[in-house]
Amino acid sequence: MNPFLAAALFIILAPVVGVLITGLDRILTARMQGRVGPPVLQPWYDIRKLFQKKQVAVWGAQSFFIFCYLIFIIFTGALFFAGGDILLVIFAFTLGHVFLVLGAYVSYSPYAHIGAERELIQLMAVEPMIIIVAIGLYQVNDSFLVGDMINHPGLPILLLPGVFLGFIYILTFKLRKSPFDLATSHHAHQELVKGSTTEFSGFTLGMIELAHIYELVVMLGFIWLFFGNNLFLSAVAIVVIMVLEILVDNCTSRVRWQDAITSAWFVTLVAGAGNIFALSIM
Amino acid sequence: MSYLQKSPWIIHYDASSCNGCDIEVLACLTPLYDVERFGILNTGNPKHADIFVITGGVNEINREVVKNIYEQMPHPKVVVAVGICACSGGVFKECYNISGGVATVIPVDVYVPGCAARPESIIDGIVQALKILEQKRIALKTTVEGTA
Ligand code: SF4
Repeated sequence: MNPFLAAALFIILAPVVGVLITGLDRILTARMQGRVGPPVLQPWYDIRKLFQKKQVAVWGAQSFFIFCYLIFIIFTGALFFAGGDILLVIFAFTLGHVFLVLGAYVSYSPYAHIGAERELIQLMAVEPMIIIVAIGLYQVNDSFLVGDMINHPGLPILLLPGVFLGFIYILTFKLRKSPFDLATSHHAHQELVKGSTTEFSGFTLGMIELAHIYELVVMLGFIWLFFGNNLFLSAVAIVVIMVLEILVDNCTSRVRWQDAITSAWFVTLVAGAGNIFALSIM
Repeated sequence: MSYLQKSPWIIHYDASSCNGCDIEVLACLTPLYDVERFGILNTGNPKHADIFVITGGVNEINREVVKNIYEQMPHPKVVVAVGICACSGGVFKECYNISGGVATVIPVDVYVPGCAARPESIIDGIVQALKILEQKRIALKTTVEGTA
């Protein structure tokens, strides 16, 4: 497909897909708790509502940072689905999160500050594994281009089972699901109020929610890379993994940051790096 | 129905209630009543909230807290006073430290009576509040920049 067309399709369709997945996620969560749950389009109503609200901001700079966050996340996704270089995708993704952290640091709120610190800790926990994913996919495809990876005729997951496991582990951080929802949580009443998003309201909060939805689609796109050109299998894998994430989200409690980071690095080292090492001596 | 009415987020504050009404407010979130069906979420953060659900008669110490929470909420916003204590002070009205109802501190839009208010009437009160919320949104759009 034409890369520009693919990028444009991502920008238009990702919110649709992301909202549906998030809505189904909320319904499934409610069902697991014995409730009925909100309508499927609830995340969309929430975002539209936030755009209708007035803004309360101590500092105008926070809206600017969050705007950059949204733009970089969209850029990441557009680059990814246009078949761009996966290394650039990863670094643009990280840069986007740095803007989120800066936005949270702008206010004087202690909750937002601790949230921002935890956001950085999450980045540190996740980053090594994401880079290992890129290296592993390079070893299998001999290319860093996403466009080449999705045309892989076989199943890269067969060569990269450890890397895949490690990626699923850190996906919990990225989807902000329990037990690793340290910085901000989808559920009310955590110890930091709303952590890194505490100080945002109205339009700015709406942009964060929208960015989360784009982010979700990009992260699920990474799963696709492990299944090459087998679209059916990757769709099945995405569904299974989302259901597992929701199950884990509902039956675990939040861990301390020390446990989060050491366990993530342990999994990265054993499953991820071990897999890469085995591949390189094969 | 506007998006604001489909996604009302709540902040709940206990301004010296006996906890009876608070337990009823939390009961609304349980599987039996499940207010998330209507998109209602309990946020615990004034900056994310649209509806301020407040219980208890407000004492001299948390007066300022109530005002502070109210002022931190972005417009449009509504206040729902839950329980007879929040409406008028109830049995505690004559106490030396009780202000006598939420309306003595911040403007209240909906009063939900009862001791304790039942979850059904709390949900009904919030549904009433949604209509006022929508009126406020339209009023805000037509007037010049509000006091936000
Ligand atoms: S109205 Fe009754 S139950 Fe509610 S706070 Fe007052 S005394 Fe307690």
